[in-house]
Amino acid sequence: MARMRVRLTFPPERIQEPVIYHLVKDFDIITNIRRADVKADHGWVILELEAKEETLERGIAWLKGKGVKVDPVERDVIVP
Amino acid sequence: MTKLKGLKCRECGRRYPSSPVHICEFCFGPVEVDYDYDALKGVITRQSIAAGPPSIWRYRELLPIEGDVAVGHHVGFTPLIRSQNLAEELGVRELWIKNDSVCHPTWSFKDRVVAVAVTRAKEFGFDTIACASTGNLANSVAAHAAEARLKSYIFIPADLEQGKIVATLVYQPTLVAVEGTYDEVNRLCSEVSDKYRWAFVNINIRPYYSEGSKTYGYEILEQLGWRAPGHIVVPCAGGSLITKIWKAIREFASLGLIERPATRMYAAQAAGCGPIVTMVKNDTDVLTPVRPNTIAKSLAIGNPADGYYAYRVVKDSGGYGEHATDEEIVEGMLLLARTEGIFTETAGGVTVAVTKKLIETGVIPRDESIVICITGNGLKTPDVLYERLDTHVTIRPLLSAFDRALAELKSQARS
Repeated sequence: MARMRVRLTFPPERIQEPVIYHLVKDFDIITNIRRADVKADHGWVILELEAKEETLERGIAWLKGKGVKVDPVERDVIVP
Repeated sequence: MTKLKGLKCRECGRRYPSSPVHICEFCFGPVEVDYDYDALKGVITRQSIAAGPPSIWRYRELLPIEGDVAVGHHVGFTPLIRSQNLAEELGVRELWIKNDSVCHPTWSFKDRVVAVAVTRAKEFGFDTIACASTGNLANSVAAHAAEARLKSYIFIPADLEQGKIVATLVYQPTLVAVEGTYDEVNRLCSEVSDKYRWAFVNINIRPYYSEGSKTYGYEILEQLGWRAPGHIVVPCAGGSLITKIWKAIREFASLGLIERPATRMYAAQAAGCGPIVTMVKNDTDVLTPVRPNTIAKSLAIGNPADGYYAYRVVKDSGGYGEHATDEEIVEGMLLLARTEGIFTETAGGVTVAVTKKLIETGVIPRDESIVICITGNGLKTPDVLYERLDTHVTIRPLLSAFDRALAELKSQARS
């Protein structure tokens, strides 16, 4: 099993969708939310994801396809 | 040594022993170094600092190291210059330039953070230093790792131009060029730092690394004659520097080294990558990540780690922020060079341009003390100016040709 700590940033049009529910149900990824701030026009969630590496990659690709930004909890680590 | 109390989560306040940890295990918030300030009161004095070496290490009691200084003995203590010409052009009474474009050894303020990070990494027993960087940080990590005789790994996006790599490769690190999008490279670096027991300076060593930026603030205060200026304009990329200058001011004040400060902090960013300034202007604590599109590559961080905290410093200090367009950035670089003889990189151009705007719009008053932060050297990235600078006159090797050209130039100058 692989683990990943990520920050998901949701575009306004996805705020009302049960995105994390589908990540759990459709991909069989274990999620553990640590912090979040979701309002009407924006939202972010910091959570740990746990699954097989390949499953995690598929789940992340699906999130990106939905327009959800997936970053490490450290955000941008490539520094000029 | 007792001065280090350990680490503390900036979100939930949970404490950790001093170790290579950068994320709170509970809330995944960033952790930062916590000091025993009560033990430092009276121990750190103006005299004790002034008796120290002319480098960042004169402030070592306020830095997160425990043993001897390992590398970077000559980093910092760069000039704080009282500007005459630029001050006159901007129409202000008291303008100072903190000039890290001449920071030893790799000409940017990154030497401050890396010297602290590598020293701490050696104390933790790491034998490998690493970072993911496209510019100044890579230069500095490779240089300090060489001095420390440690292995170093530098991760870069595979499409980075060769010209940007030479100033890192010369120190002979292992350079890993990663194919993929920015986000993919970014995530890989985070995963590598999680898996390998390396000192990734801006990831698992970040709490110690970022403390090095405080020295930029300490120096401003000391060099101003132990006082805080009215206004400080700071270029923002990841957002850490502005928070650490602010922390330096508060620490010096709480230790009784300066009088009550009333400094306002201003964030300077490029219009093509300015998420922190956008937060300030929109008065929101929500950072919206952006895709950088600016010539200010040294500030191009679209999803800054310390964006929220930088925003807080600006708000708490009563400051503001402003964007600079690419054209304004170049004008800022040229203005600083023309008036003060300082060739800064694009980040400095952003700072000068933003300072000019903030003065012209009345946000920064003309009769109070202002410090602008110049954090890197223009000689590293002269390419942004290639098409904007021109030789004034070309002549044949004849004195008569020069006479004619000179007359023409003088007549152009008059008209």
